[in-house]
Amino acid sequence: MNVATEPGAVPLLEARGLTVRFGKVTALNGLDLTAPPGQVLAILGPNGAGKTTFVRTVATLVRPTGGSLLVNGRDVVRDPAGVRRDIGLAGQFAAVEPTMTGRENLEMTARLFGHGRTAAERAAAAVIEQLSLGEVADRRSSGYSGGQRRRLDLGASLVGGPRLLLLDEPTTGLDPVSRREVWDAVRGLAAHGTDILLTTHYLDEADELADQVVVIDHGSVVASGPLSELKASIGQDVIEVAVTEPALVGAVGQILERVTLTAARHEPGGRHVSAPAPGGPAELASVIGLLEGAAIAVDEIGLRRPTLDEVFLTLTGEARDDNSNNSDNAAAAAGPAMNGSTR
Amino acid sequence: MTVTEALANPAIGRPARAPGVVPAARQVALRALRKYIRTPSLCIMAIVQSALFLFSFRYVFGGAIQVGPGLSYVDFLVPSYVATIVLFTGGGIAVAVAEDKTQGFTDRLLSLPVPRYALVLGRTLADSTTNVWSILTTAAFGFLFGFRLPGSWLDGLAAFGLCVLYAVVFTVVFIVMGLFAANAQAAQGMSLIAFVFAFLSSAYVPATSMPGWLQPFSKYQPITPMVDAVRSLLTGSASDVGLALAWSVLLILVFTPVAVFRYRRA
Repeated sequence: MNVATEPGAVPLLEARGLTVRFGKVTALNGLDLTAPPGQVLAILGPNGAGKTTFVRTVATLVRPTGGSLLVNGRDVVRDPAGVRRDIGLAGQFAAVEPTMTGRENLEMTARLFGHGRTAAERAAAAVIEQLSLGEVADRRSSGYSGGQRRRLDLGASLVGGPRLLLLDEPTTGLDPVSRREVWDAVRGLAAHGTDILLTTHYLDEADELADQVVVIDHGSVVASGPLSELKASIGQDVIEVAVTEPALVGAVGQILERVTLTAARHEPGGRHVSAPAPGGPAELASVIGLLEGAAIAVDEIGLRRPTLDEVFLTLTGEARDDNSNNSDNAAAAAGPAMNGSTR
Repeated sequence: MTVTEALANPAIGRPARAPGVVPAARQVALRALRKYIRTPSLCIMAIVQSALFLFSFRYVFGGAIQVGPGLSYVDFLVPSYVATIVLFTGGGIAVAVAEDKTQGFTDRLLSLPVPRYALVLGRTLADSTTNVWSILTTAAFGFLFGFRLPGSWLDGLAAFGLCVLYAVVFTVVFIVMGLFAANAQAAQGMSLIAFVFAFLSSAYVPATSMPGWLQPFSKYQPITPMVDAVRSLLTGSASDVGLALAWSVLLILVFTPVAVFRYRRA
């Protein structure tokens, strides 16, 4: 990332040629990244891009094979214990003890951060308040809803007063309501000044939460910068048309390209055609007009957010080679009404 | 140091230093104990299982097993059964350790500024405690099924003490199994290795009744001297006790560093 850092300020994260290999698999491939403090940074990428490995490396759970990584100025290899005092990790699974109450879980983690009994009780109470867990705090967490459990897990990573909060796919597997709960919690923490590194494969999640976005694929950075800058290229809405017969795809594609001045795409043999629409709704209206004029019948037409695949196409100029198109990406594309409704 | 020095929530302080080994181990142990006590299937089933096995040995197989003149099978069986019960119930330890690993709990612990050996120490303390509970209840069932101390109660106490030591030894071995297992099912499968050592020992039948080719294994593997030592302590003698203690120390010295090392890279 090329974000100007205040002179003298220690970057929150500084990765130089960071490489992690597991046997023959290269999870991180010479990743370079500098993140200034005081922000929410989202690592965006498809499954298998290296997001989780990066978070685990920051959390000192994985040792780099090559390159260097400094967290708040501390080297993860030379001073892992120092790094651990600065971070709080909430992984992909809610790592709370189901047979213990929320409060017991928080107090235990606080003690493991190094707090004494009184300080641990105070920290637990503060987190319960902050994450609105008061009603369920003294119930066993086995009875919590998905969102409550995830918020408790989030809370457990906070009780040591970390400088950097690591959230690995914080809303994966949550229903839409729980997803909102977690988003609100994360936003609240950010507003209080907690620095956050989160990974996600939902574009809209990065959109909701992050100040800075780093897109990674195949273990290295594909694009990075403030979201507002990236949005111009990756956040462009897409007009998608479903025609009644595959034979009509060509004609519709031509109309889309004429209006949007961008390249139209369609799956071979499919009935869907799409094209990025820099002009948004106005271009949609023109397309509808032209389709009517040409008497082309369509099943569906609409404006939607780009899928992660389309983002990658835009950023890298080539389709992702693994073709592991999954439902998660589809969810990210489905627009606000369907956010997170997979699973 | 940086602008991030300002804390997100003033009520949440930053601990001045990382926790010491003992306080950290205590938290790890408390959590494992709470899980055990609050999960009826864990603490009740372990007791039921050990009682059922003992019942089967005592009343089903026992009638067909000759243990020598002047000794009834129940008196032969119960001391060694109590000494080895952890080999049967300890699979739960391996499963719990593997589950912590696959469910992210170990990751959370490892991301905290906790000394690595505190994790092994805490786990060992907790599981040894539950194992002592198994030994106690199993011994009680032994008396219920007709076992009587051959010597003084002090001899009995010494033998029980040795069984407690074994519980600690086996706990560390099962922790290592759990750490090497890919998941809970694998851990369950791996813990069956313990059955081999339990059955191919002098614990449930006299070693001399086994075929000649099997006897060397039975004689030189640790479980045989360990159970023989318990039997001899009960009768006020101390034969095999030195060898049993040596095996116990050796197993702890080998498996504890493996556990600490493996936790480090779990």
